Amino acid sequence: MKRKLTIKNLTCIACPMGCDLEVTYTPEKIIEVKGNTCKRGITYAETEIFHPERVVTTTVRVKGARIEFVPVKTEKTIPKKLTHSVIKHASGVTLKAPVKVGDIVIKNILNSGVNLIVTRNLVCVNQKSKKRKRKKSS
Amino acid sequence: MVGSKIVKSVDALVIGAGPAGLAAALALKNSGIKNILVVERESAPGGILMQCIHNGFGLHRFKEELTGPEYAERYIDSARKEDIIPLTNTAAIDIIDNGKTKTVVLLSEEIGLASIKTKVVILAMGCRERNRGNIAIPGSRPAGVITAGLAQKMTNLHGLLPGKKIVILGSGDIGLIMARRLTWEGSKVKAVVEVQPHPGGLNRNIVQCLNDFNIPLYLSHTITNITGDKRIRKVHIAPIDTHFDPKKTGNFTLSCDCLLLSVGLIPENELSLKAGVTLDPITRGAVVGADLMTNVPGIFSCGNVLQVHDLVDFVSEEAEYCGKAAAAYIKGTCKKGAQIPVKAGNLVRYVLPSKVRRGAEALISLRSMGPSKNVSIIIKTDTEVLYKAIHKKIFPSIMLRIPIKQIPAGAKHVEVFFEAEEK
Ligand SMILES: Cc1cc2nc3c(=O)[nH]c(=O)nc-3n(C[C@H](O)[C@H](O)[C@H](O)COP(=O)(O)OP(=O)(O)OC[C@H]3O[C@@H](n4cnc5c(N)ncnc54)[C@H](O)[C@@H]3O)c2cc1C
Ligand code: SF4
Repeated sequence: MKRKLTIKNLTCIACPMGCDLEVTYTPEKIIEVKGNTCKRGITYAETEIFHPERVVTTTVRVKGARIEFVPVKTEKTIPKKLTHSVIKHASGVTLKAPVKVGDIVIKNILNSGVNLIVTRNLVCVNQKSKKRKRKKSS
Repeated sequence: MVGSKIVKSVDALVIGAGPAGLAAALALKNSGIKNILVVERESAPGGILMQCIHNGFGLHRFKEELTGPEYAERYIDSARKEDIIPLTNTAAIDIIDNGKTKTVVLLSEEIGLASIKTKVVILAMGCRERNRGNIAIPGSRPAGVITAGLAQKMTNLHGLLPGKKIVILGSGDIGLIMARRLTWEGSKVKAVVEVQPHPGGLNRNIVQCLNDFNIPLYLSHTITNITGDKRIRKVHIAPIDTHFDPKKTGNFTLSCDCLLLSVGLIPENELSLKAGVTLDPITRGAVVGADLMTNVPGIFSCGNVLQVHDLVDFVSEEAEYCGKAAAAYIKGTCKKGAQIPVKAGNLVRYVLPSKVRRGAEALISLRSMGPSKNVSIIIKTDTEVLYKAIHKKIFPSIMLRIPIKQIPAGAKHVEVFFEAEEK
């Protein structure tokens, strides 16, 4: 039996170079990748063809900080089709300051095996303004 | 910040606590300069990165892909460890050149108006976005026409959506990133319209921000009119001819309640001009020599205020170089060797710095005029080739940075140019 070969042109998004890839593959596996500058281009082609993944970044509410929203991301790439649900899920969360980079917002989000984590440090404003008041009165 | 006594004089004053200002301050400190003041007009350090919540930062520096805030936090942390705490809510409003020293006038929430004497000023004010005034779109002036960066700030820092039905003019990276961000937040991004025949932003952003969501990109198109009374209701779009004039055929309209402008960034140099710094008409940043020092001795420039960068990693690298050079200037240990001019040749839009030093290393940044394929980039002096490399593709949206080990002692000038390669 002859295997069916498909050729597809992709742009690698693994780094800002954005190499144009020409990927030859069967329904089961990648046969050849052309145009990549480094090895990551091959890994990218493989995932992009068979199970595309993305890192998702969004914000969640935070109480008690100087601003009302704190940025978050999925710690690793997650299946592209989960993107929308992740964002929806995150929009229901409210954190309490202080928060710091790496804090887990949602563990194993949507059973993806990946955590949603905080990407910015925010201190508690109340503490700070108390300190400031104390200084002023002294 | 809070409680820190404001000093009357410092060795180095850094204006702006974005990635450039922070990296420059760290380099000064690591080069033995202790008396440093970093001022920042916003309420927190980090610069524009704090609103760039997407990932894609730090691949060169940290070998991992970070979000903007994560990248900034690393520098804020390192700075804090070195006792560099930026004075926030403080804007530099004037720089006076007194020869050997400079006076920087600060306006701050906490300390009011203050004048600080310093040996060195590092300009690290970043850039701002071009707006409607800079590009002249005809039509009424309704609400709902804002820059992509402002939309980014609203959405990411304050949780406010700029609109439900969105059209984006310009395919710069910020616009592309916002197309994805707003789609994720539930808005409908109807189109991205670009006058050039090629996208302004990186290819990866075309793929992951537009193609992923089937958002159409109209290249060689422009917006010919905006309609709406109080709020924008419609934009008129037309293809353009080779003279960039709208064609009579192929016009269409899109209804929308928000138009985002992503039409480029301009270094924020009003303050530099006050100090007598000469600007380059192409980069709109300062003209700098081998040490990234401007024409005013003691005033240095780095980051987006010097040239608009696409990668923050390069901003950090440039700022570090600048901080080291500024430290040498303060200590009187500047490298010796005459400075010779660097010229932009064939297909090169600009090169930076404008001068390099004989006998010393150099790091040359450049951008091409337009996209091309199979070209060599060549750096040569009047007598010898210092660098040559073949590039399969070059884009004006990608800045090239080329290190040269040593500029020959006898060189009279250096020229940077592209040359077509036989395929
Ligand atoms: C929307 C957007 C998306 C980007 N995406 C990417 C990406 O995906 N990957 C990547 O690597 N790079 C990206 N970049 C580029 C990168 O973020 C910038 O190159 C970098 O942040 C520039 O650093 P900077 O310190 O020069 O300027 P900025 O970060 O702008 O910092 C300048 C600081 O100076 C302060 N300031 C200005 N004037 C004064 C004054 N008079 N007194 C006191 N303070 C002042 C400002 O408040 C600001 O905090 C992006 C940039 C933007 C704008
Ligand atoms: S192939 Fe390598 S160099 Fe090219 S875009 Fe992908 S990661 Fe970057």
